[in-house]
Amino acid sequence: MKDYSVKLSGVTKVFEDEFTAVDKVFLSIEQGEFFSLLGPSGCGKTTILRMIAGFEEPTSGVIFLNGRDISKTPPHKREVNTIFQNYALFPHLTVFENIAFSLRLRKKAEREVKNEVGKMVELSRLFGQENKYPHQLSGGQKQRVAIARALVNKPSVLLLDEPLAALDAKLRQHMLVELDNIHDEVGITFIYVTHDQNEAMSISDHLAVMNEGKIVQKGDPIEVYESPRNAFVANFIGETNFFVGEVAKTEGEYLLLRTTAFGDIWCYMDREVAEGTRIEVSLRPEKVKISKSRPRGDHKLRLNILEGTVDETIYLGNHTKYTVQTRESYMKSFKQHARYLLDEEIIEWKDRVYLWWFADDSYLLQETGGARSDEQK
Amino acid sequence: METRKTIGKRRFSSLVTLGVFLLLYIPIVSLIVLSFNSARQGVMWTGFTLNWYVRLFSSPDIWRSFMNTVIVALVASTVATIIGTLSAIGIYWYRFKSRKYFQILIYTPLIIPDILMGVSMLIFFAALKVPLGLGTVIIAHITFCISYVTIVVITRLEDFDYSVVEAARDLGARSFQVFVKVIIPIIVPGIVAGFLLSVTLSVDDFVITFFVAGPGATTLPLRIYSMIKFGVSPVINALSTLLIGGTLMTALLARRFRKLIIG
Ligand SMILES: Nc1ncnc2c1ncn2[C@@H]1O[C@H](COP(=O)(O)OP(=O)(O)OP(=O)(O)O)[C@@H](O)[C@H]1O
Ligand SMILES: [Mg+2]
Repeated sequence: MKDYSVKLSGVTKVFEDEFTAVDKVFLSIEQGEFFSLLGPSGCGKTTILRMIAGFEEPTSGVIFLNGRDISKTPPHKREVNTIFQNYALFPHLTVFENIAFSLRLRKKAEREVKNEVGKMVELSRLFGQENKYPHQLSGGQKQRVAIARALVNKPSVLLLDEPLAALDAKLRQHMLVELDNIHDEVGITFIYVTHDQNEAMSISDHLAVMNEGKIVQKGDPIEVYESPRNAFVANFIGETNFFVGEVAKTEGEYLLLRTTAFGDIWCYMDREVAEGTRIEVSLRPEKVKISKSRPRGDHKLRLNILEGTVDETIYLGNHTKYTVQTRESYMKSFKQHARYLLDEEIIEWKDRVYLWWFADDSYLLQETGGARSDEQK
Repeated sequence: METRKTIGKRRFSSLVTLGVFLLLYIPIVSLIVLSFNSARQGVMWTGFTLNWYVRLFSSPDIWRSFMNTVIVALVASTVATIIGTLSAIGIYWYRFKSRKYFQILIYTPLIIPDILMGVSMLIFFAALKVPLGLGTVIIAHITFCISYVTIVVITRLEDFDYSVVEAARDLGARSFQVFVKVIIPIIVPGIVAGFLLSVTLSVDDFVITFFVAGPGATTLPLRIYSMIKFGVSPVINALSTLLIGGTLMTALLARRFRKLIIG
């Protein structure tokens, strides 16, 4: 059996005997990986982290750290350290003393303290800030102190609770790269909580999507993005188009989906589905091509073509998001501007356009229920 | 642009302000001035003298009361600060069943009239047959000082970020270490402010002390009162001036200290 860094086995947390914040969660996090917990606000991410750190006790279930049951171990005895969302730096201590806090608790010799703190200052690029107090630092610097303070303790797992939420977009990108570098350098397990799918996608080895206290899907970022299990995941991770309908017929690897909103649509069938079954299909907008002229149909590739009117365009520089009104519904299409925009065909509001995509590019959701095929926008 | 009307309003409000300040400070200023006046009676200025201060310092009775006041203030404030700080932490952080009632209990001494506090304590001590003396004064002062310390410390705790405590636990601190290395240093300005406030309140208190002070436990305010019964002597002015000076210094110290810590 593999020794996991952190393992949650049927962990449940009920607050005040009635509110289930975390519901029978099973998670296995590998040694040294960057793992993200992703989910909307209030879904129980922080509660899971707090149980791993030891600030909350699971109502039931067991938490293992390096193969050892730590469910009853108090926080100060767990080899786990936390980066708090609001940094939680000690306001009365300098940057140096903040970082040295855990070393001083363990009564390390002054020379060793200097040495260890020095290494952390280097790792988190805090040169020249050692004698400042937390209120004299910028957000990004506070973040780095919090990281250094936790890592100096040499934990086997680092927990990060939305560490970048308080930073502006630019700095967030920058700190994300820095976190990634630090993770590579120290090589310990990082468990990262966020509700920002871009952060989670770009940095994690594996991630778990949560909703209402339950884990909805686990996997690596590509898996979760390309093969969302249900409508919640498809919607939460990126944007998507849904088709809800009944399987009219199957032909080899393809099925024809009969929808009320979009008519008949060819879909790739990655699992056996009987005719007459009601299913949901997700199609990522970037896979939907848009053009003013009708594409030439190719039946072998099962090209789907819809006609519609451009209802909304959002120009974002490198790509544009189009919302197109088809017969009875709306579809989203993202177009990358690979060439100089003015050399491309210009598509504007109210233009008649064709949307087209290959049957292979859509994905059958494993669980139905929850998807609306955007009858109203 | 200012209209005539707003100028009129301004003039009125500054006049009111001036009036209030005059009303507040004329008695105090005249008291201070008179303490240096050589006239034995009346308010006519007859010349500068430090005579009353010399008399003040050579009176053994006054010295004794002064020492009593100092002892009571220091002991009562120290005890009240310790209990008040702990009770503030308890009320603010721990969710126990009787928390609400406890909170009300802590705040009541602030609104109960002093005279009721004094009488009730006198009855209490009498019922338990506790001999009145410096001890009873100290106990009485502790009771009302606790409330003030608790409130001041709670105010400090209100801008205290609890996750700092969790961070300390997370980094390996045991409960006691968290208390000594994190909680106390962060709330120390509140604790000091509470202590200094207690000192000024204790030094000032007349009503409650009046009821519970036994023979030989006369504090400065009680001494002033008993001296006044024999007529207003300039020595009282001198004593009051020193008292005002002392209280003012303590208050300024409290401010300085808060500024120093909070930055
Ligand atoms: N101590 C508590 N007592 C009662 N309910 C709680 C407690 N802590 C959290 N909850 C509830 O549990 C649920 C999950 O909370 P949690 O903080 O884990 O959410 P989260 O996923 O971290 O959300 P966010 O992204 O907003 O931080 C919330 O509905 C919250 O109200
Ligand atoms: Mg949270």
